Amino acid sequence: MFGFGLLSALVLLPVVGAFLILMLSGEEKGVRNNARMIALVTTLVTFVVSLVAWGKFDTSTAAFSMVEVHPWLSDTIVFKLGVDGFSMPFVLLTTFLMPFCILASWRSIENRVREYMIAFLILEATMIGVFVALDLVLFYLFFEAGLIPMFLIIGIWGGKRRIYASFKFFLYTLLGSVLMLLAVLAMYWQTGTTDIEALLQYKFGSSLQTWLWLAFFASFAVKMPMWPVHTWLPDAHVEAPTAGSVILAGILLKMGGYGFIRFSLPMFPEASHFFTPMVFTLSVIAIVYTSLVALMQEDIKKLIAYSSVAHMGFVTMGLFSMTAQGVQGAMFQMISHGLVSGALFLCVGVIYDRMHTREIAAYGGLANRMPLYAVVFMVFTMANVGLPGTSGFVGEFLSLTGAFRSSPWVALFATTGVILSAGYALWLYRRVMYGPLEKPELAGIKDLSKREIIIMAPLFVLVIYYGFQPEPILSSFSASTDALISNYNAALATVKTAVAAAY
Amino acid sequence: MNSQFVLPDFAPALPEIILAAAALILVLVGVFAKQRPFSIVCGGAILALFVALVLVVMAPDARVETFGGAFVNDAFARFMKALSLIGSIAALVMSGDYLRRNNIAIFEFPLLVLLATTGMLMVISANNLIALYIGLELFSLSSYVIAALHRDNLRSSEAGLKYFVLGALSSGMLLYGASLIYGFTGSISFPVIAKAVAVEGATGPGIGIIVGMVFMAAGLAFKISAVPFHMWTPDVYEGSPTPVTAFFATAPKMAAMAMAVRVFISAFPAITSQWQQIIVFMSILSMVLGAFAAIGQKNIKRLMAYSSIANIGFALVGLSAGTVEGVNGVIVYMAIYLAMTVGSFACILSMRRDGVNVETIDDLAGSGKTNPMMAFCLAMFMFSMAGIPPLAGFFAKFFVFSAAIKANMLTLAIIGVLSSVVGAYYYLRIVKVMYFDEPKGAFDKMDMGVKGALAVSFVVVFFFALWPSLLLDAAASAAHALF
Repeated sequence: MFGFGLLSALVLLPVVGAFLILMLSGEEKGVRNNARMIALVTTLVTFVVSLVAWGKFDTSTAAFSMVEVHPWLSDTIVFKLGVDGFSMPFVLLTTFLMPFCILASWRSIENRVREYMIAFLILEATMIGVFVALDLVLFYLFFEAGLIPMFLIIGIWGGKRRIYASFKFFLYTLLGSVLMLLAVLAMYWQTGTTDIEALLQYKFGSSLQTWLWLAFFASFAVKMPMWPVHTWLPDAHVEAPTAGSVILAGILLKMGGYGFIRFSLPMFPEASHFFTPMVFTLSVIAIVYTSLVALMQEDIKKLIAYSSVAHMGFVTMGLFSMTAQGVQGAMFQMISHGLVSGALFLCVGVIYDRMHTREIAAYGGLANRMPLYAVVFMVFTMANVGLPGTSGFVGEFLSLTGAFRSSPWVALFATTGVILSAGYALWLYRRVMYGPLEKPELAGIKDLSKREIIIMAPLFVLVIYYGFQPEPILSSFSASTDALISNYNAALATVKTAVAAAY
Repeated sequence: MNSQFVLPDFAPALPEIILAAAALILVLVGVFAKQRPFSIVCGGAILALFVALVLVVMAPDARVETFGGAFVNDAFARFMKALSLIGSIAALVMSGDYLRRNNIAIFEFPLLVLLATTGMLMVISANNLIALYIGLELFSLSSYVIAALHRDNLRSSEAGLKYFVLGALSSGMLLYGASLIYGFTGSISFPVIAKAVAVEGATGPGIGIIVGMVFMAAGLAFKISAVPFHMWTPDVYEGSPTPVTAFFATAPKMAAMAMAVRVFISAFPAITSQWQQIIVFMSILSMVLGAFAAIGQKNIKRLMAYSSIANIGFALVGLSAGTVEGVNGVIVYMAIYLAMTVGSFACILSMRRDGVNVETIDDLAGSGKTNPMMAFCLAMFMFSMAGIPPLAGFFAKFFVFSAAIKANMLTLAIIGVLSSVVGAYYYLRIVKVMYFDEPKGAFDKMDMGVKGALAVSFVVVFFFALWPSLLLDAAASAAHALF
């Protein structure tokens, strides 16, 4: 495609769509509908292109494929794209979720539709860019660039406290990432390159690793978000429009996990090993503490937001266990959580569009009037809890297994989080769905519309399908996982022998 | 033989000569023109600046000295001259309609800008202390006058007076420092000073040289408005007519920064560790003060003043590294800063309701709805100033911090990036006012000149990431010219 490969096309397509929407002119109503259509078509085409990329992707190797290089900042800082087993699933997840976001905003956004769609398409381009960038500076560029559209999405189309939430989101994330920028620069001067492939081969000195690891951690921990820097997330989630929450929970949070698996673990193995107890501690606190906090929430979105923090705790725990099960489980958990939490936010959006409130207390007995909705919400709630037979189970089980092999105590405490998650999720379900339908405002509430069924159906099917058949996802990153772990152990072994030789 | 008078080579100084000659001719034109003297002189001045710009850009790459070594033209000088000229052209292009509307369209304004620009070009090319001082005074004195252009306006007069008094003080300090350096090294020429300092370097430089250098640094800091010599900036920015502020924020900053770089890098390379401390100190203070003091501002011109202080702090991060990467960072930073500032001031100039310019940040409320194009541009400039990729401002910061990291100045870099986060808050606030608040009513139609300047600077800032090498290659060769 004009000298560009598939991955550039993936990054460029949404930008082209955004440009087309920008060029629209005419009367207000026509522009709105055309903007929606163009956005939907663009995201669908992007999804199809990503499927083509997936078809060409070879899961048997840990090497990067579809690599393309274009000249950019300098001889050493280039525009390099490529995917491996860790990034390909995220690219698919992004392109898969985007059409749902557009559909979910079809009627709920009536104000400045054109700008809204442009912001979403640009956001999609930056998110895909994050996962396919093979140059550190390019990665950073996409990583940060996503802040602008997300800031606007929360701030313009958000709820009552949108301004506070958007500023908090922006500044928190920026604060984390500027330190990473310094680390990127330090790595550049140390190695003379920002090529991720080359950096993966480079062995950094022990003390330098520690500092670089901390700088990267500052960024990814905020993005993830890990306790205690998670406080921006509930605010952002609650205030963002439905589709914004879906993207936040579904994809933006995964950038943190992706960062750990792409940079921290393989590039700084010694530091990762050194800091593992800290990460475990923070993860366990996140799992237990935020689950408890979630129990007490009165706002549905906030509850799901806290449960996201808890689930991300499983991810960091699994990743830093550095066992095959742990890493695979964490990866699976991220994909599954992308589907499940996205779906849950879409579910909340359904009743929010009808009642314009997210207070749990404002609902009750919905199952009487909305049987279809009750079923869908039930399945996603169960997937969130991690019921066997849903995709949520596979990720949690594997990451707990991995953690157990690494440290049984951590696994013990983390497992209590599973119980707590059942507590808050089921309680939420009971309060919203069951009981008599007493509130007069709810008397006329309608069940899922056709558009909403179309949105829910694919997610519904996938969540159950991957619960029984996790293999398609797991196999895509198994080669990469094996390579990651063997390199990690080899790096630690050389250090150990070096230490032993010194005595 | 020695008394024989040899004409110096004028060719390297051709742009300056053209500007000076144009100023002299346009004075006469302005006086004798029967109708619309302002428009004619303004057009002529823009033309002269443009011709000078073309000459500067087309000039050969090699380093040439003339006027007995007092004047040097190298890649660095040419790059910074081009920036200054672009800044002056932009200020003049944007000024016409504003000045006419406010009844201060007097033809002296473009003339003084022309003379100031001549002084800037001389400063950038100055290779000895005398040439430096003469150029500096030419551009400073012209600036004092145009700050008070709106002479019936109390604030404008106050701005001019304040600028003059403080400026004179700083010029005095600079001159005092220069005389000390001359006294202790026996020369006014930068290369000879560099040699003298290096020889003394064996036993450590004399205290006289250090004191002289500190005084010069103070004078230079005033011109680039680095903390603690920044006090004039907010008042002058706020008090001067907006096109004049746009001028102050762009062209003189380029020239003064070029002057600072040349003095420190080419006259005192042997005592880098000494002046580094000063620059680091000023850089940190500028970044931090610029970031925090801007938070409470209500007037957008005052906000831009603090923003310029912070930006100069970031540029000084590059200079304080004292390496070729650092100078490269400064050059890139100033070029991008020029584009962002011209664009922001174009937006500020178009904040006009019923023919009256408004200046508070609250006046921008809801302009995302009422003036979508202008609001979008200003939002992008603000994100760029905050250093968010993929906008140009990110790359500006990227290169200065890159140099600082390479020079192992970790503390400076960390303070720098943290203050950039604080700074992001007030840039975001402008975006917030424009997009999240309820509209207050549309602005009047934008003037043609302002529109043009806005379009060009927007393209530079927004699309920089696509073809960065256009600027980076030129900047790299400019930086290498000094080493």
